[in-house]
Amino acid sequence: MNPVNYLYLAALLFTIGAAGVLIRRNAIVIFMCVELMLNACNLAFVTFARLHGNLDGQIIAFFTMVVAAAEVVIGLAIIVSIFRSRHSASVDDAGLLKL
Amino acid sequence: MSTTVAAAGMTSTGEAVQFWLLGTVAVVGALSTVLMRKAVHSALSLAGTMIVLAVFYLANGAYFLGVVQVVVYTGAIMMLFLFVVMLVGVTAADSLKETIRGQRWLAGLCALGFGILLIAGIANASLKDFTGLGQANSGGNVQGLAALIFTKYVFAFEITGALLITAAVGAMVLTHRERTERAPGQRERSQARVRAGEQLPPLPAPGVYARHNAVDVPGLLPDGTPAELTVNPTLRARGQIRDVSGEALQELAALEQRSAEWVEGGRTEGAKEARK
Repeated sequence: MNPVNYLYLAALLFTIGAAGVLIRRNAIVIFMCVELMLNACNLAFVTFARLHGNLDGQIIAFFTMVVAAAEVVIGLAIIVSIFRSRHSASVDDAGLLKL
Repeated sequence: MSTTVAAAGMTSTGEAVQFWLLGTVAVVGALSTVLMRKAVHSALSLAGTMIVLAVFYLANGAYFLGVVQVVVYTGAIMMLFLFVVMLVGVTAADSLKETIRGQRWLAGLCALGFGILLIAGIANASLKDFTGLGQANSGGNVQGLAALIFTKYVFAFEITGALLITAAVGAMVLTHRERTERAPGQRERSQARVRAGEQLPPLPAPGVYARHNAVDVPGLLPDGTPAELTVNPTLRARGQIRDVSGEALQELAALEQRSAEWVEGGRTEGAKEARK
């Protein structure tokens, strides 16, 4: 098996995540799909690190993880505060950012 | 193809088997993340996919990232997701009504085209052989990463620290609610209760009978009608109040009579057997 297969898997996971962002309307599930896309990118980075034989790709994947953690904290806080004011987590109901 | 090229461009058979087995699991988990109606099921499927990805990181020689993936992603981020799902309401399922007509088909079509584009791009790239991490990992994976983080990427690393602090402060600011008026005290609340005509003394206890003193049995009023107020509001909302009207009691009494007869009959038969 060629490690390029990992890249195909990453592309597939990214596509599934993108489709989920387009299809779903629950803000939390959309957020999970964004996480899935980030993870797919990380897999591609790690695979490229192996293909090229240096650790830079792993460093980038590590930074992606840190940024994803910060993003999840802020995103979930926004979802919770929107849910408090609108009693719904659907992105259709949140037409305005105004609370 | 000569054996040296095969060794350079191929991985072991064990890794291939692992890739095809766990890759299937990862794709199924990703698909069910998108397709499950309840957010909890989506979160659990995504956690499964992330664990599989951690195994793939380990297989690709990213030992540190594999462990971080399990600890940070499945341990912290997915549990944070589950917390928020619990806050927002587990039972809330997505409505299946489309607000934009044909949105789902168009989204699926777009995703299909995008996926074909991505995969065709990867297939066209010339990635025939690979170097492998043997040399880069020779001094240890964690040591190699640390050397890079604290030399080449030290600036990015410090900015990451600033980002994390900003995120922590931002989360606190976003979820904190400033109180604009004084909180109602005991006096105001009791006055409001009297004005609203609510039940002022403590609620009456549920039924206490010789046979039924469970919390799901309503107490009886002097005229013999059950008082719904005595049962816990949760049970009332679920409709799990046990019926204590005459009919149900008679049924229960008949059942107990039958079982008593059956036990009695069994005993006498047993005694006959013993006599034989």
